[in-house]
Amino acid sequence: MNPITIYAAKKIITMNPNQTTASHVAVQEGRILGVGSLEDLAGWGDYKLDQTFAEKILLPGFVEGHAHTMEGTLWRYVYCGYFDRMDPNGEVWEGANSLDAMLTRLKQAETKMTNPETPLSGWALDPIYMGNTRVSRQDLDKVSKTRPIGVLHASGHILNVNSKALELGGLLKNGINHPNIPLGEDGYPTGELFGPEGMAPVGHHVGFDRALSDSDEQGLRDFAKLCVRTGVTTITDLASRLEDDCVEAMLKVTSENNYPARIVPLQVFLGATAKDTVEKVKRLKKLATDRLRLGRIKAIADGSIQGFSARLRWPGYYNGAPNGLWYTAPEQLAELYRLALADGVQVHTHTNGDEATEMVLDVLGPALKEVASPDHRFTLQHCQLADTGQFRRMKKLGMCVNLFANHHFFWGDEHYRLTVGPERAMRMNACRTALDLGVPMAIHSDAPVTPLGPLFTAWCAINRKTVSGRTQGEHEKISVDEALYAITLGAAYTLHMDTEIGSIEVGKKADFAVLEQDPTKASGDEFNAIKVWGTVSGGRVFPVADL
Amino acid sequence: MSDLDYLPVTVIGGYLGAGKTTLVNYLLRNANGLRLAVLVNEFGELAIDKDLIETEEDGLISISGGCVCCSFGGDLIAALENLSQMQPRPDHILIESSGVAKPSAIFDSITLLKGFAADGVVVLVDTETIRENANDKYMGDTILAQITQADILLLNKCDLVDPQYISENANWLTRQNPKARLVKTKHSVAAPEVVLESFLGRKKTTEPHQLADQMASVNLIPTTSLDATNLARTLAEGEFGLVRAKGFVTDISGDKMLIQIVGRRWAVTTADPKFKDGVVCLGLKDQMKPIDLKSLA
Repeated sequence: MNPITIYAAKKIITMNPNQTTASHVAVQEGRILGVGSLEDLAGWGDYKLDQTFAEKILLPGFVEGHAHTMEGTLWRYVYCGYFDRMDPNGEVWEGANSLDAMLTRLKQAETKMTNPETPLSGWALDPIYMGNTRVSRQDLDKVSKTRPIGVLHASGHILNVNSKALELGGLLKNGINHPNIPLGEDGYPTGELFGPEGMAPVGHHVGFDRALSDSDEQGLRDFAKLCVRTGVTTITDLASRLEDDCVEAMLKVTSENNYPARIVPLQVFLGATAKDTVEKVKRLKKLATDRLRLGRIKAIADGSIQGFSARLRWPGYYNGAPNGLWYTAPEQLAELYRLALADGVQVHTHTNGDEATEMVLDVLGPALKEVASPDHRFTLQHCQLADTGQFRRMKKLGMCVNLFANHHFFWGDEHYRLTVGPERAMRMNACRTALDLGVPMAIHSDAPVTPLGPLFTAWCAINRKTVSGRTQGEHEKISVDEALYAITLGAAYTLHMDTEIGSIEVGKKADFAVLEQDPTKASGDEFNAIKVWGTVSGGRVFPVADL
Repeated sequence: MSDLDYLPVTVIGGYLGAGKTTLVNYLLRNANGLRLAVLVNEFGELAIDKDLIETEEDGLISISGGCVCCSFGGDLIAALENLSQMQPRPDHILIESSGVAKPSAIFDSITLLKGFAADGVVVLVDTETIRENANDKYMGDTILAQITQADILLLNKCDLVDPQYISENANWLTRQNPKARLVKTKHSVAAPEVVLESFLGRKKTTEPHQLADQMASVNLIPTTSLDATNLARTLAEGEFGLVRAKGFVTDISGDKMLIQIVGRRWAVTTADPKFKDGVVCLGLKDQMKPIDLKSLA
């Protein structure tokens, strides 16, 4: 008989309505043997009583349903964001709140570099918070004129580079005529490069090429450290190319004894036919392990709202910008859905604008008539602008939704002022509506677009505050309990994993978030301050202090 | 003219089902010694006709006659760089863009790359479905954008509808994009020189293509130096029935100039003096005005 460990805790919040709280949890073989009082659990036989969590609050390990392992890799670059942010080693990088602060930080990093040809890369720049200052190549030239420098914006849609980088990319010249490459008064590019087309010639000279989105071994380990620091035990890598070497690295790293997270990578539907994509994912599914849940697909319908590439229904963008871009045609999506439904492969679909959401609903309906699929749980990711009628249709079609609560905080003011205007900005990321209409819901960070941290994400959904401090969309707020459900069972449900994770009850994985304070006792606006002690993943204990 | 140092790239656009893949296969069959490299957005089982494929490894399909095909999957620039480093180097690259892509975005990107020359944007239109598709709730504006971004529009599948409807559609397309030149096609069979500049002025293919009758060409051979920019603009913007033109003239400045015209887009660049004067003009036989053309040189 394998040994039983019974953990005593100050409080265990189970997410199991039959027993909402408890004092002890028994763990055997990495799974939950029982939850209750010590007396209840003693009946299982000999045990070791562990007091590590005697003063801690245990919750089900948090489930992040939309993130990217790239967050782990990006921390090797210089953090240039406006907000304080914690890196995998627990160091909190103070926000660079002005252009000068950012340049100083880059300069500090530059002086430590030895090889003069190595590019200097920064990330998470967001000039919105710096009075919309436009960063120019001349600004970055102050850091270095000889070393290529590139700083990626938080949105991922804009790259700022210096003159050397432009030169290496062949763009330091007059006469460029390209909509994504603005020119200065001197006729040369300003150093701002928009979208994949603008970035492509220069990106690989400054450390931002497409391979960045494929996690490497160190990136995966760093990513997992962030998971422990934020109480996350299961997390998606939502859109990977999953090429052979990447899958191999993921299998290797996640199987290491001390790897603390369960990764759920989704194969992006791009550059291959629906048939080939579904076949590939079926093959990958066979390689899946407990800690690497291969076998799902992510499709992308449109772009982003703040990048004006999301597809909006009438009346379109508030500032009059033309409608955005389709990434996948309805016919292609229809074929993917049919084939995936027939083979029992789950598809998550990125939609931002409400027209993209409408298109997915229009396409999935007929596919479900052709391939009856109870419990498909196809999920809309972001789905930021959906209206009430669209949530009703999601419910009817059996869809789930994963709303971008963090986005509301970071870009809500911009949506109000510029992209969609006040009325639609207030309804964005409509958590209340989703729950009221019975659409299974999760909330997410989209790390590295915003920082990983389900407690912060919960705070965003509870308070609906924007950076400027306004409450935007009072009606769409949700309660503390609903938010805690969304970051545990809610997200687990969207991954078909709610029977094994997401609550603390007998039979499930021994995955816990170990907290210093009780979130149910905290008022909604105190969520940010709750400290994470660490996690338990499959019965293995990972204190933040030991990382 | 293959010893020009740039590698020409043509973008082929159009919505799903317009006939892009069929066109690509037709061009590969009729490459006639020109080494074409085809970049497709996605590799389907139907991307390249089976009988054309010689070998397939590491994502690169080798095609009889020295042509190749690979998918770019999202990293177009890397794929172009890889192709340009192949030995022997391809003579011409065709990009078959995805059905939802805006071809001008791809074209503009190519203009940024060293060593490549953006040849033009050729967009296929399915005569049978275009009007319905252009009104599609979701894709209508994307399809119209594809049309307005074309230098050359191929009004395809003309065998499937009656002539009245073809001509209505042709008029409609011209209203959507007055700057494009329009060529009617069946089964995506367009004379290779319409689609790719590199075929212009080459010897005719051994297989007489079905549309040879539709096209005519005129050779302008200037006997004296002339204003190259003015000639290029006149050829591109004038009503001579031209679809494409390419060749060399001696400018009044004394420099040798390369003139390139695709649709109504024109470019004049300095060239090596070794090239002989002469501009090949390709157009539709029933619209071409050879006498007016010759009067220009």
